[in-house]
Amino acid sequence: MKLRSWLMWAAIVLLTVLPLCLISAAPGSEGLFGGSDDRAQQAIGSLAPHYKPWFAPVFAPASSEIASLLFALQAAIGAGVIGYWLGLSVARERARNGDAAARDQRAD
Amino acid sequence: MHIMEGFLPPAHALGWAAVSVPILAWGLRSMGRGLQAHPERRMLLGVAAAFAFLLSALKLPSVTGSCSHPTGVGLGALLFGPAAMVPVGFVVLLFQALLLAHGGLTTLGANVFSMAIVGPFVSYGVFRGAAALGCKRSVAVFLAACLGDLATYVTTSAQLALAFPDAVGGFETSFLKFAGIFALTQVPIAISEGLLTVLVVNAMARFNAHELRALPVMAQRGREGA
Repeated sequence: MKLRSWLMWAAIVLLTVLPLCLISAAPGSEGLFGGSDDRAQQAIGSLAPHYKPWFAPVFAPASSEIASLLFALQAAIGAGVIGYWLGLSVARERARNGDAAARDQRAD
Repeated sequence: MHIMEGFLPPAHALGWAAVSVPILAWGLRSMGRGLQAHPERRMLLGVAAAFAFLLSALKLPSVTGSCSHPTGVGLGALLFGPAAMVPVGFVVLLFQALLLAHGGLTTLGANVFSMAIVGPFVSYGVFRGAAALGCKRSVAVFLAACLGDLATYVTTSAQLALAFPDAVGGFETSFLKFAGIFALTQVPIAISEGLLTVLVVNAMARFNAHELRALPVMAQRGREGA
């Protein structure tokens, strides 16, 4: 069980890191690892050259720094809630088990 | 990655919104009723919503040389049923459309349909199917989350192909083109989402065994080891 969890974490890391290592830019192409939605935008451009987006985002982050700030904020909110639940769960399990050792540790 | 603001013709944008709005209303009602009947589920529903929030903020590199993000809605769908995840997916998409210029308000209906409706329903269906076939819980969870994630992006590709059919090959050619961009990029990311979902469900099985067993979906398999 424990080992399997570690293997799953390792697989997730590998699945994320390997593409970065294995794929290098084809000569003449620009910009690797942009968003897939940018590619879709290009595809629409070639399928329907006359199509013009008829609506612009009501608010666009002022720069990519601000965009990454907001994405980080979104991830932080999610991770914060999950961390709260995990912390609470571990503490509850300890209390339930009457884990004296853990209590001593917390006392000092 | 969602359909960009303004990139669906008005008729398509309206059409998808017309499909999504009633399902969203139904999802909201069903979620409200579920929470009223079982207030103790609030915590796990919060975790499922947080999981969707977290995962859809992470843009991961993929084998196609571009980035996309997982959706995270599979977890909640297999715990609480697909209806509960429609409002959750909607909130995530609204947040990104309003603050991040990611996705959009005019394409919100179409994006809700792919990420908050098709994704959760496919996840739920796959989970039920795999469980009925006697798969172990972790295998069923993995398949459900992974295929739900993929289904979202296959849907996105189909929506764009409907709006922008190829001049020669029509819908099919265009669909393959968009699927090559969205669905192919999504494959390793969907596998990661499947694995992450298994890890979270395992943690829930350990820490919230009581609540988990009380969930209608997990009840029949709740006692099984992960």
